[in-house]
Amino acid sequence: MSPFASYLVRRLAQLVPTILFVAIGNFVLVRLAPGDLADVLAGESGAATPEYMAQLRSEFGLDQPLWAQFLAYMNRLAHLNLGYSFRYHQDVLDLIGSRVAATLLLALTAITIALILGVVFGILASRFRGSLLDELISVIATIGFSVPLFWVGLMGVVLFSVKLNWLPIGGMWTIGGQQTGWYGNVVDVGRHLVLPAATLSIFFMAIYSRITRSAMLEVSQLDFVRTARAKGISETRIVVRHILRNALLPIVTLTGLQLGTLLGGSIVIETVFAWPGLGRLAFDAVAGRDINLLLGIFLCNSILVVVMNLIVDILYGVLDPRVELA
Amino acid sequence: MFKISRREMLVGASAMALQLPAFAGQEPHKGGTLIAVVQPEPTALTTVINSSFYHGIVSTNMFDALLTYDENFSPQPGLATSWDVSPDGLTITFKLRRGVKWHDGQPFTSADVKFNFLDVLRKYNARGRINLAPVESIDTPDDFTAIMHLSKPAPALMSALNSQDAQLLPRHLYEGTDIAKNPYNLKPVGTGAFRFKEWRRGEYISMVRNPDYWDQGKPYFDEIIFRIIPDAAARSAALETGEVMYAPYDAVAISDVPRLGKLPNLAISTDGYSYQGHMLMMELNTQRPQTSHPKVRQAISFAMDRQRLTDTVWYGLGTPAKGPIIHTSRFFSSEGVPQYPYDLKKANALLDEAGFPRKENGIRFTLSSSYMPFGETQQSTAQFIKQQLKQVGIDVTVENADLPTYLRRVYTNYDFDINQGSFATFIDPDLGLFRFYSTEQIAKGVAWSNASRYSNPTMDKLIAAQKSEPDEKKRLALMHQFQKMAQTDLPMVPLMEMHHFTTYNRKLHGLRKTPDAVLQGLKDAWLAS
Repeated sequence: MSPFASYLVRRLAQLVPTILFVAIGNFVLVRLAPGDLADVLAGESGAATPEYMAQLRSEFGLDQPLWAQFLAYMNRLAHLNLGYSFRYHQDVLDLIGSRVAATLLLALTAITIALILGVVFGILASRFRGSLLDELISVIATIGFSVPLFWVGLMGVVLFSVKLNWLPIGGMWTIGGQQTGWYGNVVDVGRHLVLPAATLSIFFMAIYSRITRSAMLEVSQLDFVRTARAKGISETRIVVRHILRNALLPIVTLTGLQLGTLLGGSIVIETVFAWPGLGRLAFDAVAGRDINLLLGIFLCNSILVVVMNLIVDILYGVLDPRVELA
Repeated sequence: MFKISRREMLVGASAMALQLPAFAGQEPHKGGTLIAVVQPEPTALTTVINSSFYHGIVSTNMFDALLTYDENFSPQPGLATSWDVSPDGLTITFKLRRGVKWHDGQPFTSADVKFNFLDVLRKYNARGRINLAPVESIDTPDDFTAIMHLSKPAPALMSALNSQDAQLLPRHLYEGTDIAKNPYNLKPVGTGAFRFKEWRRGEYISMVRNPDYWDQGKPYFDEIIFRIIPDAAARSAALETGEVMYAPYDAVAISDVPRLGKLPNLAISTDGYSYQGHMLMMELNTQRPQTSHPKVRQAISFAMDRQRLTDTVWYGLGTPAKGPIIHTSRFFSSEGVPQYPYDLKKANALLDEAGFPRKENGIRFTLSSSYMPFGETQQSTAQFIKQQLKQVGIDVTVENADLPTYLRRVYTNYDFDINQGSFATFIDPDLGLFRFYSTEQIAKGVAWSNASRYSNPTMDKLIAAQKSEPDEKKRLALMHQFQKMAQTDLPMVPLMEMHHFTTYNRKLHGLRKTPDAVLQGLKDAWLAS
């Protein structure tokens, strides 16, 4: 086995105890909140009797001792079964599956926009350090990570949807509309994606541009850059191949971590734009004390974060030959 | 007043005559898609397994029940064409409509009625377990007759048979299955005006016209789509642009109502909600050191400026309460019923009499207040009450919580002095209101039970007597006595009759006006062309 392959196997093997640990932690955590699903259902129904509450708890397995509930949960996990959501009357895996695509589309689009614009702004700011352009980018970045996203989102809706009528208010596609063919659908989803993706990317773009700028400035002071210049390499090549490649390391780390969390959904953006993603599902699961669904979402998120970390570590090796993956 | 001159009138009349053809589009007509909004998203598409209002808003379009109700809440035909209550009140005979089909083509019969009342509603429906408790057995001598036998007379039962409270599910798809897990809860098959089409969770629920609907000529819409838009401001925007045309049950922020009401394309209506009789009240814990004193409870009631609460916090969407029963109900009476107009002097005097003088800092004692976490206005109400009580030297700590935490705190731990919120008293108080006053309803761990733990044997007798009193006049007299006693003992302090509201596009016509209209589907509604 090559050193890289054995590294990969070792890292993947480490995932198992990590995820198990997370699963146990989740199981304990979700039970710390007062109240359970039977309370919620009785509360929503406007009336109940003690017998009805007992019937619900026995149906949900909440009348079992905690250790028995835990063993049942572990047993299900061992069979790759995330359980049944008694609140939504559906399998947890189906519920999560129905939301993943929307979340992936939104998160990946937003991160891609943020990365491209953020890195370009960062490069420009560092190349023209102290100039008007640098100042301008700095001001935009500060605004970007200090304004609340729900406000930016709502203002976007007011301007582009209510006043100008250019873009839809929310949702993922035109409901009840007649889109014809593959192309029509892509355009339709694209139109719905513009506002939420742009809003979500603002915050990340601001961070990326600041980090790129400072990393670029730091690297450009290093000896090998001076050596490269002394060798007469073109400035563009120095910036792209020598400075940027090294400056990318912190950005890769950050993107990996953020992507991990973003794939869990962005509650604020999904709420403002009625985007049918995982974040809202998780929020509703907390409010409804839907333990099986909540554990399922938490577990998927944890796996995503851990896997993203692994990918970041591997990318490190690719970007920086000094890092050995063995 | 404005005056119209003769000339203007003539001009107007001729203009009207010219416009006549345009009125052709103003008659009910078939066609079109209605985009509505429901908030929050239902968790199933029948009220049988979750009877919250948002389950009703959607599912009553696809399901019928034995009865509907008119504007005075008198029973009207639904799937039952006639009914007969025996003089002793112990037998109700329903004649069922012939030729009704479930959406899958199977015939609807009395066997469906029997199955639903005995095996479904009484077991799986939280409210049905209570409302239908007197139903002992049901005879089905033929396919179109169902005879209900009761253990004791239950006059309130006839007010709980609409498709919100007693929705009928198809026996052939439910019998022998786990009702709560039955897949048809998510893709319903009913007898209603609309057939289920599609549900994309987090996005929309859609339904299409039932061409075989028994009420001929109805419904009018080809399709209804209920969208899920979780943010209130986004819902306002969707109504403003016309993307959404119908938004029932306080779907926009109450502070946005005055602005939206002024827009030319939108209208606000408070019709169709009084069946639930939502009353803003304070439930006072009668087992706590201060609120156990009737004089303290009366003082708290005197300290409330109900008019100002209605006008400021609720933007006028309410009527200051005169008692625990809403004033439009036939059971309401005020004669000899103690009233608590805003009077700080009386409040202060009562608190002194109760033995709680002001201390040096001007405070008599501190109370802890929990409120139902149903929207920001309840929180503002809690703050309003805090300010009001400060004036008479009562310091209030407001506790914030989400729904399950709140329910545990109030209904399991009884850890509150004031429990404030919207209490569903229902059109017949026996279906809702009385549980807050009855000793029988002190049930630890049960939401919306008697959390004040008020217990008065005379009150219990009154409640029991009216429950099985078949004579309407005698029952009204008992209700009158109840109101006097409730307003004297005051375990519940009524603040305001709540007016829920619907925001809709002016192109939408034919919305029903019955007390339960919002929970009775949209089969009469149509869009102007």
